[in-house]
Amino acid sequence: MDPRRAPRTVSDPKVRKVGFFTDPPDRSLPGPPDHPISSFPTSPPSTIDNSPPSAGNSLSPVMIPPPRHSSSILSPLRRDPAEFFPLPASPTASTSFSDDVASTMKGRGVAAASSSLPGGLFFYIAAIKSAASSVPASGLTTVSVVNNLPIGIFEKGGGVAVEMQDDQSSRSKSLKEKTTKAERRALQEAQRAAKATAKAEDGKTPAAASGGAASVKSGKSVKPPPSQKNDSAALAALEKKAGDRPPEKDRKKEVPQPRMQFDDKSRVEKAKRRAVVKQTEARNRVELFRHLPQYERGTQRTELRSKFFELDPVHPAVYKVGLQYLYGDICGSNARCIAMLQAFQEAIKDYSTPSKKTLARDLTAKIGSYLSFLIECRPLSISMGNAIRFLKNRIAKLPLTLSELEAKATLRSDIDRFINEKIILADKVIVKHAVTKISDGDVLLTYGSPSAVEMVLLHAHELGKQFRVVVVDSRPKLEGQLLLHRLVGKGINCTYTHVNAISYIMHEVTRVFLGASSVLSNGTVYSKVGTACVAMVAHAFRVPVLVCCEAYKFHERVQLDSLCSNELGDPDVISKIHGREDINFLDGSTNSENLQLLNLIYDATPSDYISMIITDYGMVPPTSVPVIVRDYRREHLWI
Amino acid sequence: MWWRSPSFILDKQQSDTVPHQRNPPDTLPLPLPSQPPFSMADTLQNPSPENNISAYYQTRAAHHAVVTGDWLAQAQAAIGRDPDDSTDTTVATVAGKPFSVIDEFNSWRKQPELAEAVAAIRALAAVIRNCQATTMMELEIELKKASDSLKSGDTTSISLTAGCDLFMRYVTRTSALEYEDFDSAKSRLIERAEKFGEISCKARRIIAMLSQDFIFDGCTILVHGFSRVVFEVLKTAAQSKKLFRVFCTEGRPDRSGLRLSNELAKLDVPVKLLIDSAVAYTMDEVDMVFVGADGVVESGGIINMMGTFQIALVAHSMNKPVYVAAESYKFARLYPLDQKDMVPALCPIDFGVPIPSKVEVETSARDYTPPQYLTLLFTDLGVLTPSVVSDELIQLYL
Repeated sequence: MDPRRAPRTVSDPKVRKVGFFTDPPDRSLPGPPDHPISSFPTSPPSTIDNSPPSAGNSLSPVMIPPPRHSSSILSPLRRDPAEFFPLPASPTASTSFSDDVASTMKGRGVAAASSSLPGGLFFYIAAIKSAASSVPASGLTTVSVVNNLPIGIFEKGGGVAVEMQDDQSSRSKSLKEKTTKAERRALQEAQRAAKATAKAEDGKTPAAASGGAASVKSGKSVKPPPSQKNDSAALAALEKKAGDRPPEKDRKKEVPQPRMQFDDKSRVEKAKRRAVVKQTEARNRVELFRHLPQYERGTQRTELRSKFFELDPVHPAVYKVGLQYLYGDICGSNARCIAMLQAFQEAIKDYSTPSKKTLARDLTAKIGSYLSFLIECRPLSISMGNAIRFLKNRIAKLPLTLSELEAKATLRSDIDRFINEKIILADKVIVKHAVTKISDGDVLLTYGSPSAVEMVLLHAHELGKQFRVVVVDSRPKLEGQLLLHRLVGKGINCTYTHVNAISYIMHEVTRVFLGASSVLSNGTVYSKVGTACVAMVAHAFRVPVLVCCEAYKFHERVQLDSLCSNELGDPDVISKIHGREDINFLDGSTNSENLQLLNLIYDATPSDYISMIITDYGMVPPTSVPVIVRDYRREHLWI
Repeated sequence: MWWRSPSFILDKQQSDTVPHQRNPPDTLPLPLPSQPPFSMADTLQNPSPENNISAYYQTRAAHHAVVTGDWLAQAQAAIGRDPDDSTDTTVATVAGKPFSVIDEFNSWRKQPELAEAVAAIRALAAVIRNCQATTMMELEIELKKASDSLKSGDTTSISLTAGCDLFMRYVTRTSALEYEDFDSAKSRLIERAEKFGEISCKARRIIAMLSQDFIFDGCTILVHGFSRVVFEVLKTAAQSKKLFRVFCTEGRPDRSGLRLSNELAKLDVPVKLLIDSAVAYTMDEVDMVFVGADGVVESGGIINMMGTFQIALVAHSMNKPVYVAAESYKFARLYPLDQKDMVPALCPIDFGVPIPSKVEVETSARDYTPPQYLTLLFTDLGVLTPSVVSDELIQLYL
């Protein structure tokens, strides 16, 4: 139906940070609220004047709130927007500006200046630097600001500033014991920036005086040299030093390990050495998706088959399921999840604890090794991840007093319960809810072959509702045909079309029912590729979009696009068409350097396009997903 | 000036055999209740389904609509009892005990100041009090039966259904009950029930207090129809010496806006009366829109008297805030996807002139306003954005 919120505005927050320059000036409010830097959300206002500025636990390391009088010194800088957008480095602009600063400084009085100036200048440099680093995209204006302003300042008080800065650093050293890590780090950053600015200024002054345009090069030199890596290294060192902070360590543990990035060469090498199956990576991958794994399917299959007897740690049931994933015999996240859990059930049945080991630990490790095998066959879906989290939790919570037999029996019944309650029963509840939204005369559209939706349609038909179904399908899997076959077999009136015709068919549709691989906590629906397109068209036609998804597939992650986490399928299946030799134009050129094939498996549908999510907790709007994730997460784990 | 036709109240009395029939809106102020379906009826009748006339909207009309006093007196004299009782002729048979929940409910419902849900809660509390049950289970079953019969009495009233459901939750969901003997448990239940009734009564005051921050001096407020909560809000604002003016829509078909303008004029608030179609024309002068709600649904949208949706649309397109004042017992576990996805609640409409039978008349009494057109909801749980409604509902019901 309609977006739940007004369509998102496209104003880039980074650009908005620049906006303070054009704010109407307000001299009567010298305090931090209208200061550019304090517009960073995480910077707490510093309480002591001239104290080393503190920065929060933030992404941007240089969020330094101004000491009070320094900001009043600088307030003229903000007053006149014209001064901030001069023609790059026109001499008049820079001189008028520096005059302004000087006059304000005079106005402040000598006594005040002597104490507050260093802080002010120091702060100001930091401000420039942060502006430079946080607004890299804003281009010329920012650069000109960075170049011009320090010149103005240093022309007047150049030497003093350096001296003051030394003073500042020595004082900060004595303060070191009192300051927190974040503050120290921010200080360090600011000093580095100051040094860089001074250096840039040295080389730059004559050019500016002669009225030359500010070059982008100098802007670069002003920017903080330290790369992200260095920063994080320094941070890590600091953290190590501060060893008496267990809570932070705990917090770190809770943060999930970042996903393996497959464009990181060294890590891929390492992973390859560990891998059970040797896999050749596809060569021509689309630039944006280099971080996702993609293998050449053919080699993978033969490798796996030949390795069967060498891969002794993998239980046959798991092996079988893995191969089924690989060949695409099991697809659909519910089916995959059930198959995996049942394989693990078999594996647990045949498991016996080696001597001198405990069941809880050894079994977890064993399951881990099975998992890495399965992942090599096909990356895990989010629902499988949740199921595994449940299983591992159950293993970890097994009472030590249980004998091995009992423990195995408990685990197997737990798995059974998970399958029954979280998947099968949940589907029944979903069907019960969804059927209420189908009325006589409706035309329902579905995309692909979502299992929950199929149950809904069949149940509605059993209840005798009169409706028509439009099955929309897409290459290469053509899963919709299977659904179509079953629906027609039951005597339901169907229309079959490909996703290309979606905008044509949509005007006669009254409800869109979609399945989902996962629902993320910002309401984004992560589902088979093409779903977003269907949902968007439905939204444009004001047709309500209903997503049927079991609550065990909900995930607390937030994802804004379908790039950063996705799965790549076999590129061959989109370049080749079976049985049509006459149109296989790409046959010869698949290995060409100029051709990159992209077969995405999933995409992310923004919550704006979704009217309702039907789950085992009832029908909820997409904005309520985090509530369910938060309130029932524990229940998922414990059942 | 023509008078509101009393037919929709009276026809119900004429029982099920006589097809629903609307009187010609003649200028006679007194249409006879026993008027037979004479020849004119064939041409004047609206093709509205007879038994779908919403009891909820009948009550509303009886309480808020502009009906001249003398007419009401005469009509009542003619029937011999309150128009509201019409429902229990069919439902009272369900509760065939000396104590009838329906009677109790109706006696509460007659008070115009009492919301329907609160009346239901009071009636259910009376059920507990009069209950002969000796075990907890029996009591619960009896309570369930009572609330079901209440709900089936009027399926179109969202707040009645929601109020009953909430009350059941509130009363039975208490762990402390498990370890006590029956009598003390029962008295505790009664205590809870009364407390719940009180909370519901206080809700309107809480909402009025919460919304005061949003009414500023010199603002212009557009209201639609008559809502007791909105009236309370405006009254409180007027009493706290705020300077504002109010635009009242007429609120067809029951013209409840006229009543609100009447009441506001009594409080010396500057009021302007608009016909319903003048909303877009005046919207540029308006600073905020205040509406009540018959029900707040899970998406965060509201179901309210017909015309709310179009006002919200106009306000949204002109970037004016739309505020909803609704007590939390109106939160319902419904999720309409579009306007037709609701239990139909019909009310007869009088057009003042004979309508040929071939002309179809839209008689739906309410519409659904999706959440994206609402700015904030003032409830006794606090000032909420529409998306929080679902969170609250999940907490209340799951």
